[in-house]
Amino acid sequence: MPVTLDYYLLLSAVLFTIGVVGVLTRRNAIVVFMCIELMLNSVNLTLVAFSAYLGDITGQVLVFFVMAVAAAEAAVGLAIVISLFRNKQTVNIDKINILKW
Amino acid sequence: MPEQLLGDITKFLPEITLTVMFLVAICADLMFRKSPQIVAGITLTGLILSGAFVLNQSGMNESIFGNMIAVDPFAVFFKVIILMSAIFVIVFSLSSVELQTASRRLGEYYSLLGGLALGMMLMAGASNLLMMYLAIELSSVSSYILAGFTKEAPDSSEASLKYVIYGGLSSGLMLYGISIIYGLTGSLDIYEINHVLAQGSVSGSALAIAGILTLVGFGYKISAVPFHFWTPDVYEGSPITITAFLSVASKAGGFAVMIRFFKGVFIDPSATHLPEGMWASLSGFEWYHVVAAISVVTMTLGNLVALWQDNMKRLLAYSSIAHAGYMLMGVVVLSNEGLAAILVYFMVYLFMNLGAFYIVMVIANKTGSEDVEDYKGIGKRAPFLGVALTVFLISLTGLPPTAGFIGKLYLFAALLNSGWIWLAIVGALNSVISLYYYAKVLRNMYLRSEASEKKTEMIDIPRVQVATVLVLLVPVIALGLYFTPLVEMAQASVKMFGSP
Repeated sequence: MPVTLDYYLLLSAVLFTIGVVGVLTRRNAIVVFMCIELMLNSVNLTLVAFSAYLGDITGQVLVFFVMAVAAAEAAVGLAIVISLFRNKQTVNIDKINILKW
Repeated sequence: MPEQLLGDITKFLPEITLTVMFLVAICADLMFRKSPQIVAGITLTGLILSGAFVLNQSGMNESIFGNMIAVDPFAVFFKVIILMSAIFVIVFSLSSVELQTASRRLGEYYSLLGGLALGMMLMAGASNLLMMYLAIELSSVSSYILAGFTKEAPDSSEASLKYVIYGGLSSGLMLYGISIIYGLTGSLDIYEINHVLAQGSVSGSALAIAGILTLVGFGYKISAVPFHFWTPDVYEGSPITITAFLSVASKAGGFAVMIRFFKGVFIDPSATHLPEGMWASLSGFEWYHVVAAISVVTMTLGNLVALWQDNMKRLLAYSSIAHAGYMLMGVVVLSNEGLAAILVYFMVYLFMNLGAFYIVMVIANKTGSEDVEDYKGIGKRAPFLGVALTVFLISLTGLPPTAGFIGKLYLFAALLNSGWIWLAIVGALNSVISLYYYAKVLRNMYLRSEASEKKTEMIDIPRVQVATVLVLLVPVIALGLYFTPLVEMAQASVKMFGSP
């Protein structure tokens, strides 16, 4: 059975959904960041699949940029989590609630 | 090809200047830890130099680096707005008391402001989905750090955590949209995408999903409902100078990239039966209906929630959400007239919104509070600030004779001329609602006096700060009375590379 484009797209859609649901439901800031990474990597999978399917290299170039930016974002995000942890001794999003409405 | 690229570098000078300035500022910060004013000076010089190069680009209409970035009147207008607000924010920062709690790290603050401005400038010109994504991320990552800059304050680090999470989520959704567009059309270049879409072989529903997912990323940048959840928290928790910058420049960048994306990708190039200055959307995905709905929800929710805010920064945050809603109305009408109205509105919004935030900062410097309740009696204790804040708030409401009225007038005129009467009515009703919460601040300043005796002494403000307020105040009144040059400039700036 040949693995066609559809399988890759389906897999990345499933991974993306898991990522989005994780961001919206998980309460630990670190896990939320992991879910965001999952979203970005599922996008990478889509791009690589399309790129191979179309025989065009642009999508793969975008993947490299996405990986680099994701690394920068993770570095900044984790630094912010550390500075928050120093103030509040927690990374639970439900307890981070000074600002509301 | 290499000669072409080398030639393009000269058209990229404003951004190169900012990059060099950013690197020099980081090195200077390492050498002059004790006096952050030096870094502020370097950043300010870089911004002004870059502004000179931007003005030099006026009238150019080209695309550089293989259609990565457009240098056209539209981009130049937004670059001017971004650089002007960056310069104002640096001047504001020099007199901020709040930032002094982190005086050892202030050098980083100024250099990051430059980096943030660079990201927004790239947003104004980006004409390739890859470039748009990179520009949005460059400005996002710098603003995450700046939002949490006073990291000892718990609300500041909380604000930046919320900002990162919402930013990550929306950029992920936007990228997914971009990847679908790439799969459907085989290109990331907006002109080429438009070319493929115009042939009509792309499925409309897939395109609609991709377009809406991409819109999430832009909606997050301009803080349109329902992607606005970060806005009030980040605006309240960040240092007030950063709040002011995000509320003007970040929105400007977001609007620039969004308008270029929709106009570049979804406009039918072959529609010739239209009157001059109107565009037609490609059939298959009626995106302007989506934008119209977002516009209505954005201004209504922004204004209604602002009614019960008691923190000035939060009140202005909701007011800025509402203003994003007003400006989105100009996108919906699909005409150069609407686009020109947005540009006029942005220039006016720059002065009135920065002015309002600056006065909130000056008052917070003295009283240490941003609470609307603590504005009781400010009108008597600081007459000049009271009058200036009154003018800014009246302008934000959109009443004559201030510049805010002119901005709204052109927006509503564009709507009425193209038949969006119900949208104009919603917009007008919203302006009425907004009067209530702006007037609440004015009532506290003038009609109520402080109960305790000790808070009646006069607040005196340094001359420099009075001058800064005047620089913002004079255009708000002057543009309300004599607006022809601004309108003509905006009408000349609607021209984008590659579109009719």
